[in-house]
Parts: sequence; structure tokens; C-alpha cells
Amino acid sequence: MRKIWNLIGGVHPPENKHQSVKDSVGSLPLPEKLIIPLNQHIGAPSKAIVAIGDKVLKGQVLANPKGVLSAGVHAPTSGLVSDIGDHPIPHPSGMSAHCITLIPDGEDQWIAHEGLSNYRDHVPEKLLEIIRLSGVAGLGGAGFPTAVKLNPQKPISTLILNGTECEPYITSDDMLMREHPEDIVQGIEILSYILGDPKEVVIGVEDNKPEAYAALKSYLKNTTIELATFETRYPSGGEKQLIQILTGTEVPAKGLPSDIGIACLNVGTAYAVYRAIVFGEPLISRITTVTGKACTINRNYEILIGTPISHLLKHNAFNKKNCSRLIVGGPMMGFALENLDIPVIKTTNCILAPSEEEFPSPQPAQACIRCGMCAEACPASLLPQQLLWYAQSKNYEKLEVQNLADCIECGACSYVCPSNIPLVQYYRASKGEMKKQAEEKVSADRARQRFEFQKNRKEKEIFAKKVQRDVRLKAAAQANKTSGTEGIIQAALDRAEAKKSSPEDQHSRSTRRIARFEDQLRSAQEKLESLKEGVTSDQHEQAKAAVEDAKIRLAEAISSHGLSMPISNPSETPDSASEAITRAQAKVTIQAGLSDEEKLCNTIVSLTARLEKATTRLEIAKTEGSEHIDAFTVAADKLKEKLATAEADLSKIRT
Amino acid sequence: MALLKLTSPHAHSAQNTARVMQLVILATIPGLFALTLFFGWGSLINVTLSCMVAVGSEALVIRLRKRPIMFYLKDYSAILTAVLLGISLPPLAPWWIAVVGTSFAIIIAKNLYGGLGYNPFNPAMIGYVVLLISFPVQMTAWPAPAELYPSDMQVPGLWHSIQIVLPLLNPDTLSGVSETASGTIDAYTAATPLDTFKQNTGLLVDQFYKKELFFSQGTWAGLGWEWVNIGFLLGGLFLLYRKIFTWHAPLGMLLSLALCSVIFYDSGSSSSLGSPLFHLLSGATMFGAFFIITDPVTSATSNKGRLIYGALIGVLIFIIRSWGSYPDAIAFAVLLMNFAAPLIDNYTMPRTYGYSKSGVKSNKKRKEDQSDAR
Repeated sequence: MRKIWNLIGGVHPPENKHQSVKDSVGSLPLPEKLIIPLNQHIGAPSKAIVAIGDKVLKGQVLANPKGVLSAGVHAPTSGLVSDIGDHPIPHPSGMSAHCITLIPDGEDQWIAHEGLSNYRDHVPEKLLEIIRLSGVAGLGGAGFPTAVKLNPQKPISTLILNGTECEPYITSDDMLMREHPEDIVQGIEILSYILGDPKEVVIGVEDNKPEAYAALKSYLKNTTIELATFETRYPSGGEKQLIQILTGTEVPAKGLPSDIGIACLNVGTAYAVYRAIVFGEPLISRITTVTGKACTINRNYEILIGTPISHLLKHNAFNKKNCSRLIVGGPMMGFALENLDIPVIKTTNCILAPSEEEFPSPQPAQACIRCGMCAEACPASLLPQQLLWYAQSKNYEKLEVQNLADCIECGACSYVCPSNIPLVQYYRASKGEMKKQAEEKVSADRARQRFEFQKNRKEKEIFAKKVQRDVRLKAAAQANKTSGTEGIIQAALDRAEAKKSSPEDQHSRSTRRIARFEDQLRSAQEKLESLKEGVTSDQHEQAKAAVEDAKIRLAEAISSHGLSMPISNPSETPDSASEAITRAQAKVTIQAGLSDEEKLCNTIVSLTARLEKATTRLEIAKTEGSEHIDAFTVAADKLKEKLATAEADLSKIRT
Repeated sequence: MALLKLTSPHAHSAQNTARVMQLVILATIPGLFALTLFFGWGSLINVTLSCMVAVGSEALVIRLRKRPIMFYLKDYSAILTAVLLGISLPPLAPWWIAVVGTSFAIIIAKNLYGGLGYNPFNPAMIGYVVLLISFPVQMTAWPAPAELYPSDMQVPGLWHSIQIVLPLLNPDTLSGVSETASGTIDAYTAATPLDTFKQNTGLLVDQFYKKELFFSQGTWAGLGWEWVNIGFLLGGLFLLYRKIFTWHAPLGMLLSLALCSVIFYDSGSSSSLGSPLFHLLSGATMFGAFFIITDPVTSATSNKGRLIYGALIGVLIFIIRSWGSYPDAIAFAVLLMNFAAPLIDNYTMPRTYGYSKSGVKSNKKRKEDQSDAR
């Protein structure tokens, strides 16, 4: 006998399973239409490969899986594709999604299909591909693509089959185990083969299903598969909970069962895998419980995927007046529907139509008295009363400390709460908000990184320039200090050396600068033009200023370009270094013997010469009609200014 | 049918807050019965008076807060506070004691902090401490058990008790006849066993027990009081059985109190601070353990936290009883630990599923297990 660990927390609501197990699994006549959502699983929606108007056969592929985490969709019966478009799907939000609508032709004609006679002759990869293309997704409720689950990154030592069905009212797995035990066992053997024959294979069944237990037991005699039964207690069928009950180990937080060498699948999934491998039948139907006092008939049916829920209810004498709410799934984790036209999908294990007495409207919530019944019931050992406190005050940091993310939303806390507080609803809202904030934080972080990188780069540039300038200044200072010929000569030599190393560079750089400033000027002018009509004077002034600014910069660039030209052209000055030395020497000799007055006079002379040059250049430009007239004018003006200051200085000295 | 947009879970257990409060009130009956049996009608009068004041002041505050009055009154929390405070008051205390204490508890200690679920301190104990500090004479005048009355005195009947509590109803008072004639509270008061034991100077515990009527006529820990404590113990066990609270806080408190008294029992010498049985069945020990420190609003939240919370209260009770200037210590100990509850919570968070004990995820152990399994 296998050792069974205790479920942490948990509750035991009235089971209400007896109503729907009196009759065997029934079948319903074909509905008028089938609505088949393209996304019935966790992951990417499948991709439709049929078009409106196509005739399809039963089992024919309607949509192929898109990407690894996806599952295909098949025609549940033969008929005509009448529509492909948005339709409400079973989802707590009541949202719509892409669905294929199929009008059955009543023939129910199968497409040619064939299973593998002996699956052990094939490699697991081949079986995985069949499962993937057959559209098998976890039938327990989450709808995780089975092929992905059967291909874990880590070796599996324990395979667990979940036949727990801990939610009250639901009996679909129970009935499946009662009626198809042999098929399930064969399905388990296929799963086991695919997973590399794990050391342990265990089926977990709650002790409120003795018939299912006995049925499975009789087919396990010649196998190594264990059958474990344990106390009926919600939520023992949660994947993490079942693993804990059967192995005593816990799935690490934010981890997967495969992290601890465990794979956990629903018995219904094992059955679907069996049908897919042995018969080549895709997943096109499932067993669903229709129960609740608002339905006169409570029973399980083998229902085609895509059957509208209204069709089910019609055949179960549904009393709409007496129904307090319509639930897809169980009373603990199911969600209420607003629309009866919603289809049954791969994960729909139960349609619950309770009466007003069964599930009366919720009482108004009272204050939390922190009684702690919720903490006693929590299977994750959280403190729901603290979570509520922080959820109400939107203290997301504290919620993180209290591990809100590990809440499995089983509803045990809300179930026991004497103050009728909808705890799970608070947690869902907070989780959503936290997720949103986390996403926002990621994008904000990225923006900040970008900004900081840019800032850093700019700072580096500025620093590099500063260093260059410092070096130059130092050299100049050094030269001044020595005030001797050698210093100045050396500095000039250095400069010449530097220029010599890249005269072309310098030239092309200044050309580029001119081009850039021209561009800027042009765009500024364009802007000014475009602004002329219907703008405030402010904007206009701004644009004008921008144009002026661009003009000045262009002028400076051109004048420096012009000045650097003769020197920077190496062909004209084959030995610029020696020339520089001579010039510097001359300068030094002259300067050494000059007074301030004489220096200033010299400056004035040279400035006058430059001004003359500039004026002639301007004249030439004017006669040629060059586009740089403005720039030359500005340059000449600047020189004039400089000359005026020098003259003023001189007159000051003289007086 | 309107297809309602409701979120899971759809099922709900039959438990509700009003029912919890009612059960706690119900569970005080054995203790209240013992109190009445030994000390007369006073406690019942106190409880009734407190309840009336509580309902009145709760309704007043809710009205001021513009909330639906009946919705809040129906949760029975105000009445429970009143019952607990009424039990704590000395029987036959003047009427205004109950009025002042209850209205303070309900209006200030409970509602000014936001009402049910938001009060950091136990309202009944706040009411009690306010009274004890403000009116020490009235608050320490406990009647003697009927058995210890002088032979010429009789236990006051119900009407007589009411007259003592509400002197206005007494025609003698109205006509100006001196108070002693009608027999005021003073005539009936005596020290409690806890007071009495404190006055022991120089006698061995056994000798002292023989000398004092309280102990010589009692079975374990003082006439009357032991039965009152047993009454509240029974009520507490009933609540435990009904899973109204967990065993952690009461057991923590009783164990630590017993342990302290074992350490300082000193084999019954003249400097003994009292036997464990004496401490467990004296004063308000059982009432405190099952009805006061189990108040979920003001105590620690996790089971481990509650164990620590209870244990520290037990230690504080022993310290205040033995070396403090007040004879009993439940109220002070509880209020002091109310302060500490959030801190205890901070350090006693239960280990969440999938986390290692330190709270940090660690798969090391699991990996080891796994490799063992292979």
C-alpha cells in the first residue's frame, strides 16, 4: 500500500455527486450547429485551414497547431463550414474569440483514419507528433497541450494520473473510469512509454469513487501501475496538491512538476491519448456532466466539442426560472455564464445549473474578524486574511511578501469565510493589477536603461573633449611658462604633427560640418515657410531665431574651413612642420621684443588683413551669386567687431 | 433567470459571523452559571446592563457613521463584547460602572478604530482597564462566596441585587435612610483568592491554605473561583470542539502560566508564588484563555503566532500577578500582547506550499530526495 500524505488545509463541501451517476454516459442527437473555438487550450490559437463553404468529414483537421504550445482542432462530425469568425467562448470574462461554425449534415461520416497496431514499434517522438496533431489537451480543466507536457526538459521518475475529481457535482472522470477502465489503463501505458517508462506510475482516486476504484483495480493486475485512494477533501485534485498527497514532495514555487521529476495528467487525457494512438481518432468529443436542481435530468453525456450549451440544457429539461446561475465547471472554481450559446470545449467537464435554494445569491460581505478559518482551509498555507487586508489597501509589495502568486484560486477560503467575503475575487483583481504593474515596470526599466545609456555616452563624449582640451591647455601653459622659444616651438610642432597626421580628415570633417549646417539651415527655413500661415507670433519668432542660428553656425563653419584650407592641404605645404617652426620662431622673436601696444597694433594689422580677405570673398560671392552670401556677410561682420574691440583696447592703452 | 455574473466559488459553507458570535456567547453559560451560583445575581445583572448599553452605543455610532444599523447589530459582536465585559466586572458594582465601561469599549475602543475587525485592542479589556484605573475601589470590590458570609447575613436576592446596583430603585435610598441599612456592596465584599494569597507572609503554602477559609473550604484553588474557572474551561472546550478557534493560543497561555508557576512554586515554601493549579483555576485564567485571548481580531494570525502570543500572555500574567500591584493580570497582559501581535505575525508567517522553511526557494533537498529515489 502506498503511503499517503495529508492534504494541507482543504474543505469538504457537500459532494452532490450521486445525482449524476445514476445513469450511464448518454449521448445526444446532433445539434443544429457546432461552434468550435480555435483556442481551447493554453497557448497559441490554432490556425484554420478550411474556408467558409468547405465540406468536411468527421475527424478532418479544421485548424493546425501554431507553434509548439498549441493544439489542433478537428471536425466533430461531417458537415459544412458555415462561418469562421468571432463568437462568445467559455471564458470568465465572457469574451469572444475566433471560432469555426459547422453545420452538421447528419451523415456523421468519418474521414479515413488509422491507429498504430503496436505503438511500441515507434519512437516516442512519432507518438508525440500524433498526439499533437490529434489536438489532445489536458482534459482536467486547464487544457495544457498534452504533447508539450509529455516532452519535459527533465527526466520523469513518477507519472501521476489524476482521477481525483475533487470538485463537488462533477462526475465526468468518475463515469469515464467506471465505463472505460481498460482503455484508460492502456492510455496510461502509452503515456508511460512516451515518458521513458518512469519508475512509478500512480493513479490517484478519492475515496468517494469506490466503483471507479474497483473498475480500474481489475485491469491493473498485470501492470506495475499503482492505484492510490485517499480521503475526499477539496482541493486534493489540484495538480500541486495531488503530487503532495501521493509523494510528500512539493512542486517548487514558480516551478513545474517536471522540476521534481513528476508528470501529472488527467485520466481523461490518458483516454484521449489512447483513442488517438490506437485508433487515430482526434479529440472531438468528451464526457461532460450536466447537473444541478434546475435540470430535471442529471447525467453525463459524451458530447461533441462545439455543442452549444443551450442544446445540452434543452435535452435535460432545464428550468430557466429556477436557475440561480449557470456555471461551467464546478461550484468551487467554475465560472458563471451570461450566454447560453457558448459551446462545450475540450476542458468543459461540467455544466452546473443550480437552483435558487442550492446556490442562493451571495450575502452581503461583513467585516473580516480575522477568525483564521480561511488560513486553516488554505491548501497553499497562505494567510488569506492578511492577503485580504493588503489587497484592500492595494499594498502590492506586502502581497508579494505574502506569496499571493502561489494562490491557486481554489476558493476554499471564500467557502469557509463566515463573513461572506469574496476573497478569491480580491486576489484575482490584485494578481491582475500586479501583473499589469510588473509589465509596466519592465517597459519603464527599459526606457530608463536607454536614457541612462544615452546620458552615459554623452558624458563620455564631453569628458573626452575636456581631456583633449586640458591636454592642449596644459601644453600651452607649459609653453607660456617656459616662455622660451623651445616651448612655443614644441607646441607648434605638436600641433603641426597633429594636423599632419590627419589633414584629409580635418578637411573632410569641416566639409561635412558645412553640409550639416546647410541642411539645418534649409530645414529651419522650410519650417519658417510652413509656419507663415496661421501660427502664433511666438512660434514664428522661434522659427526665425532657428534660421538665424543656423546661418551663424554655417558661417563659422565656412570661415574655419576656408582658413584651414591652405594649411590642411598637404600638397601645398609639403613640409608644414618646418614651416610652422620657422613661423613660430619668428613669432617668438618678434613677440619677445614687443610691448603690449605693439602686440595690439600687430593684431589690428592682421585683423585688417583678414577683414580685407573676407570682404573680397564676400564680393566674389556676390558677383557669383553664391548661396553662402549670408554666411560671408556674418563672418565679415564678426571680423569687423573684433577689429573694433582691438582698436578700442589700443586707444585705452595709449591714453 | 438572469444569468448572473458571479465569480467562484459559488458554494458557501453554512458558517457566518453572527453564528460564531452567538456560539461564543452561548459558551459563557457554564461560567456565568458558576458565577451566579457562588456570587449571586450580580454578574447576570452586569451582563444584562452591559448588553443594553452596548446595543445602544453601537446603534448610535453606526447611525453617526451613516451605515445600516440592523446589518451591523445583527453580527452580535457588540453584544459579545458586552457579555465579556459584564462577566469581568465585579458583581454588585454600581450601575454606572457597566455603563461607562461598555460605552467606552464600544464607542472608543471598537468603533473609533473602524468597527468590527479593525480594532487593534480587545474592546472588552480596554473597557475593563479604563474602569480599573479610574475606579479602583469599585472595581476591586468582589463579593465573597455565599458560603463565607457571616451567619447573620443572607445572599442578596435578585431584586435586592438590582437595588444594590441601581440604588435609585431602592425606596430607602430615596427616602434618605442611610445606605448601610439596606446593605451596600461593602457588606458583601471580601478579598479574592489571588488577593488573599498575596498577603501570605511567612507561612508555608499548606499552613496558609489551612488558615484561610477560601482555601480550606475549596477543593483545589479557592472556594467558588475554581468552579467559575472550570465553567469557563467547559465553555472553551465546547468552542474548540465547534472549531470556533484553534487550540494554539489557549494552550500556549495555560502551559506557559503553569510552567512559570512550577518554576516559582518553591515546593510550597513561605516564599512560594502559588501552585500551578492555583494559578490555572484562580481569577480570570480560564475566562481569559478561552474567551479573551482567542479574540481573532486582536491576536496573532498564524497558528504558530497564536501559540507564541498565548505563551507570552501566560508569562505576563504570571509576572503581573506575582510582582505587580494588581491582583489579576489578564487585561493588562492581553492588551500588552495586542501591541505585539503584528510583530509576532511578521516573524511567524507559515511556510507557503513550494517554499523551503526559510522562505527562500530551494530545491536542494528535493534534488537529493530525487537522486535517492533513483
